[in-house]
Amino acid sequence: MPTLFEKVWNAHSVRRLPTGQTQLFVGLHLVHEVTSPQAFDMLRLRGLGVRRPDRTIATVDHIVPTRSQARPFRDPLAEGMLDALERNCREHGIELLDLASGRQGIVHVIGPELGLTQPGMTIACGDSHTSTHGAFGALAFGIGTSQVRDVLASQTLALEPLKVRRIDVTGELAPGVYAKDVILAIINRLGVDGGVGFAYEYGGDTIERMSMDERMTICNMSIEGGARIGYVNPDETTIEYLRGRPRVPEGEAFERLAAWWRSLASDVDATYDDRVELKAASIEPTVTWGTHPGQSVGVGQPLPTPGGAPAEVADALAFMGLEGGRPIQGTPVDVAFIGSCTNGRLSDLREAASVVRGRRVASGVRAMVVPGSQQVAAAAEREGLHEVFTSAGFEWRGAGCSMCLAMNEDRLTGRELCASSSNRNFRGRQGSPTGRTLLMSPAMVAAAAVAGEVTDVRRML
Amino acid sequence: MTSITRVEGRGLPLVGHNIDTDRIIPARFLRTVSFDGLEAHVFADDRAAATADGTVHPFDDAPYETASILIVNENFGCGSSREHAPQAIYRRGIRAIVGESFSEIFFGNSVMPGMPCVSVSADHAAALQALVEREPATSIVVDIAAGTVTAGDLTVEARLPANAREALVTGAWDATALLLDRYDEVERVADALPYIAAASR
Repeated sequence: MPTLFEKVWNAHSVRRLPTGQTQLFVGLHLVHEVTSPQAFDMLRLRGLGVRRPDRTIATVDHIVPTRSQARPFRDPLAEGMLDALERNCREHGIELLDLASGRQGIVHVIGPELGLTQPGMTIACGDSHTSTHGAFGALAFGIGTSQVRDVLASQTLALEPLKVRRIDVTGELAPGVYAKDVILAIINRLGVDGGVGFAYEYGGDTIERMSMDERMTICNMSIEGGARIGYVNPDETTIEYLRGRPRVPEGEAFERLAAWWRSLASDVDATYDDRVELKAASIEPTVTWGTHPGQSVGVGQPLPTPGGAPAEVADALAFMGLEGGRPIQGTPVDVAFIGSCTNGRLSDLREAASVVRGRRVASGVRAMVVPGSQQVAAAAEREGLHEVFTSAGFEWRGAGCSMCLAMNEDRLTGRELCASSSNRNFRGRQGSPTGRTLLMSPAMVAAAAVAGEVTDVRRML
Repeated sequence: MTSITRVEGRGLPLVGHNIDTDRIIPARFLRTVSFDGLEAHVFADDRAAATADGTVHPFDDAPYETASILIVNENFGCGSSREHAPQAIYRRGIRAIVGESFSEIFFGNSVMPGMPCVSVSADHAAALQALVEREPATSIVVDIAAGTVTAGDLTVEARLPANAREALVTGAWDATALLLDRYDEVERVADALPYIAAASR
């Protein structure tokens, strides 16, 4: 009767600590430049080393420039951070997938594409979107820097188990409705803190039919609903995705692992702490209008009116410069951003390109595509997608986190409004304190770029 | 290890739900390899916006300058896992946070420098904020062991998960040494995992 959560948790549980917490073994530790330098310094102060460099892998994603990636970077602070990561990895024997490797990219894109991410693992990373890896049936969660220190030192963490909420999505998604719309609808329904204390298990025939890329988009934004972990039970889609990936065993060893992966799926009669069901047919292309990812509407729906609503609604509308009761459609956009760990994979670029093909970016709109990894970029270029984008007036950039959080040079200025395929519409998130973000699917971003305003992509398919 | 059973000091009321870690410390200030100096940038954009509007952000308001207990509302610290956020707040002089609810990652990250986050009801959070706005000099006591917050005549229930309370009270909130203890048990668990076995074959 156990869920996948219980099976994987139990397999990694070492002991109950005197505080009552569980000591949990971490099967894969992903490291990047922003949340690790202080952790390595703490190790040094305590005279500790890295316990399992063989279970640790690093890349650089948050601060990399996407235009010229020549070293040294133009930003000395960014250069200093990469330099520190290189030194720390060298000192502790940690593999670093750097810009010269051909395999660099957003940590949550490269883990899966290399086959580092596998079902049944516990995966930790100093990044809240680590929940992405749950798409494979792993327990994957974001941690803070002091916990990065603990994992480096011991390959374990002191944690509390979570409750499990099963979220079933059933039925067919309409054309023009994507995984991004499904997760935005889930967060809208359950709230941005509805998942605190829970792991989200996504299932139902809609999810089961999804590709791994789509499942990653869903699991990625679990944290935006407050759930530190989101996962999908491993199935044949998962296994076939992993077969032949560089960091996955071959032949009989693969089949043995695959048999174990299948055994980890939640039992059919598993008991859950809570259950929720959504009908796929009720989900429209969805757009956020506010300052957190739960504030969204279907593209055909009017914005909420502040009267009678919590003060938060009026505040958010005022910050966004939007008028309650009016449709979100027709809102002019200044910038269009396609990328991020939510929607920067090859299938996302294909969906966006299918909208862009034969069309032009509206005048006055700054539009850019930032592939999630060097491998995504290379695969897209082999298909000629970069030419589809550039001939339409998009900029085609190097891989990284880029304007999802604007730690590099890619950012909004002033009150610019950005149609974005990323995951957070927080105030100031895209680099300008007064900049505004509307989250939507990559296809909807492409449609907005072409129309110069928020528009229903279904009319352009 | 230092035990944390009680925090006493002045309050700093910060009203609003879902205050995310990007607001607490905008990403551009994370371009650093240390936590030193982050306190200068805590709520940087919100503070600048308040100044531009001709108002004063609570973190810039003179009566709260020496405050050590931050009082917030619902889902405080949501979003990014950046420990820079609680570090910036801690380095500004805050030693405990009282609020209606907290994001899980922020809660855990706050324990790391020894800054407990305790939960009170929505009404009590609002009452504490109003009291401090009226009387900034009020001394507030967060009693971790007893599970209460006291401000003047007002004493309210403050919840903290049992494990976190135990860790703070016994001084075991820095887990590294504990995790390295009895390491043979860790190795036994690791070696039994099929993917670890497959990788070492």
